[in-house]
Amino acid sequence: MNQTNRNTVLFAILTIGMVCLFLINLSLGSVSIPLKEVFKSLFGGTTSKETWHYIIVNYRLPKAIAAILVGMGLSISGLLMQTLFRNPLAGPYVLGLSSGASLGVATVILGAAFLPESLATIMLSSYGIVLASSLGSFLVLMAVLAVSYRLRDTMAILIVGLMFGSLTSAIVGTLTYFSTAEQLQKFTFWSLGNLGNLSWTSIGILFVCVLIGLFLSLFSIKPLNALLLGENYARSLGLNYKRTRLIIIFATSVLAGSITAFAGPIAFIGLAVPHIAKLVFQTSNHTILFWSTLLFGASIMLICDSISQVPGGDITLPINAVTSVFGAPIVIWLLVRKRKMIG
Amino acid sequence: MISTNNILTTSNLSIGYTSKAATTIIAENLNLNLQAGKLIALIGANGIGKSTLLRTITGIQKPLSGTILLNGKNIHETDALTLAQNLSVVLTEKLPPSNLTVFELIALGRQPYTNWIGKLTETDIAMVNEAMELTQISHLATKKHYEISDGQLQKVLVARALAQDTPLIILDEPTTHLDLLHKVALFKLLKKLTQETNKCILFSTHDIDMAIQLSDEMIIMTPETVVQDEPCNFISKGTFNTIFKDEHIVFDSEKGKFVIV
Repeated sequence: MNQTNRNTVLFAILTIGMVCLFLINLSLGSVSIPLKEVFKSLFGGTTSKETWHYIIVNYRLPKAIAAILVGMGLSISGLLMQTLFRNPLAGPYVLGLSSGASLGVATVILGAAFLPESLATIMLSSYGIVLASSLGSFLVLMAVLAVSYRLRDTMAILIVGLMFGSLTSAIVGTLTYFSTAEQLQKFTFWSLGNLGNLSWTSIGILFVCVLIGLFLSLFSIKPLNALLLGENYARSLGLNYKRTRLIIIFATSVLAGSITAFAGPIAFIGLAVPHIAKLVFQTSNHTILFWSTLLFGASIMLICDSISQVPGGDITLPINAVTSVFGAPIVIWLLVRKRKMIG
Repeated sequence: MISTNNILTTSNLSIGYTSKAATTIIAENLNLNLQAGKLIALIGANGIGKSTLLRTITGIQKPLSGTILLNGKNIHETDALTLAQNLSVVLTEKLPPSNLTVFELIALGRQPYTNWIGKLTETDIAMVNEAMELTQISHLATKKHYEISDGQLQKVLVARALAQDTPLIILDEPTTHLDLLHKVALFKLLKKLTQETNKCILFSTHDIDMAIQLSDEMIIMTPETVVQDEPCNFISKGTFNTIFKDEHIVFDSEKGKFVIV
């Protein structure tokens, strides 16, 4: 079929595109490294300058891998939620997972003053922040799950997610009022998102979490396709709705929770990327959408990261600012242009 | 009525709703019998409980008491997958927005038979194509489901149920949004399907005149009772006059339709 050929070509372009973007991402930065040298460094050759190899292996490679993991994970969690909630505006943000993570981080950074000094030092280390963030999103997830168990209506869960978001920002706001300028700055930096500064150990943990989330999503492809007909038809096709919903919500929170913990809250990727995949591939079939969302997510995150590094410049823009500037107009444009397509 | 053709039988079935405060009984003592190769119409006034009955016998809603046997097995002890292989539905609800093509939509009917990722085998594709041919919508296969007319979409949904390859298909008011031409076409399609595929098709409708002419059996719901019989027997017994509690609506048994006096 014509459609199949078109998809094959698109997938080939996307895959090649992602690899190219990955290499370009490695070569760009405050110090520009020629692509040839990037290759050499990656495949065991010796680079012309010792420092280049050092920069790539210890700084740029973990950052590029983080970008790929973050892009893939957030985009897939957005795709899952948009189908589950039958709402084109659903995403990890909407369920309140990111707010939960923020609350956790705000509590340790801004609330450190209330802790005994020894404990405060531990909690303010990067591991303490990761732990607090994971705990925060996990707690919000459990609360959402508890509520969703009592509510049959998926739209209601969405509203509950929004309420948790408001609640956590209220608490964060209150904490802000009592904190010092230094604490505020630290929290603000975390909330702007950061893909760098991740050690190889952190990348390893993130990799495992994202892998678990993606694996669960892969097994949700068939139920997600059934859900395109609505809950009742899906049930009539033999779908165990409660179990499916639980798996999807769990996968989403593992993805969003771990990513937010390591990279900070990153806006719009989870919302915008699935729409781009749907628009380009003109389909609702999740077998295709799963892979295309993965590739688009990784590619777009790599682009955003490359931009945030301001090639040739000394400054680094916050990644969250770049994704927002890029994502918000796309979402508005999509909603205005193709009402029916979004689903 | 003991026959090997029985697909779904209910015995002493009571339907309705339970809440903390009270139990609302909609109908009691239902002994219905759905047989292979029969086109059966479910009729009754608005709000009489047709949807509740359909929801109960499709297993979406629990009965208050009594049993529902599907191929001799209680449907509440049957697992979801086996149920999906024996019973398919066409609902009144609107489909959520999506990019599904007609082919993809019908192919979803094959989900109870496909593997973990939902891959269509050659048999599945053949079944989908057959369903499209039976409903005469093959030419629509590559269209998006929101691009076609209501009448065509209704056929697509019937085709989806056909592709699910179940001995029993239940349709909730399939003719609601259709004009006369498309209503007749859909009824004739259902009639043809029961004859050619030996399936049992149960549908609820308000088009009583047409149901009398085309269905093999009818189930009539009135506030007092629920009865199942052949249309001609209902005419001779005068049952149709009990459906509407209005002296101005009278069933003319010679014309075989309702007249306003």
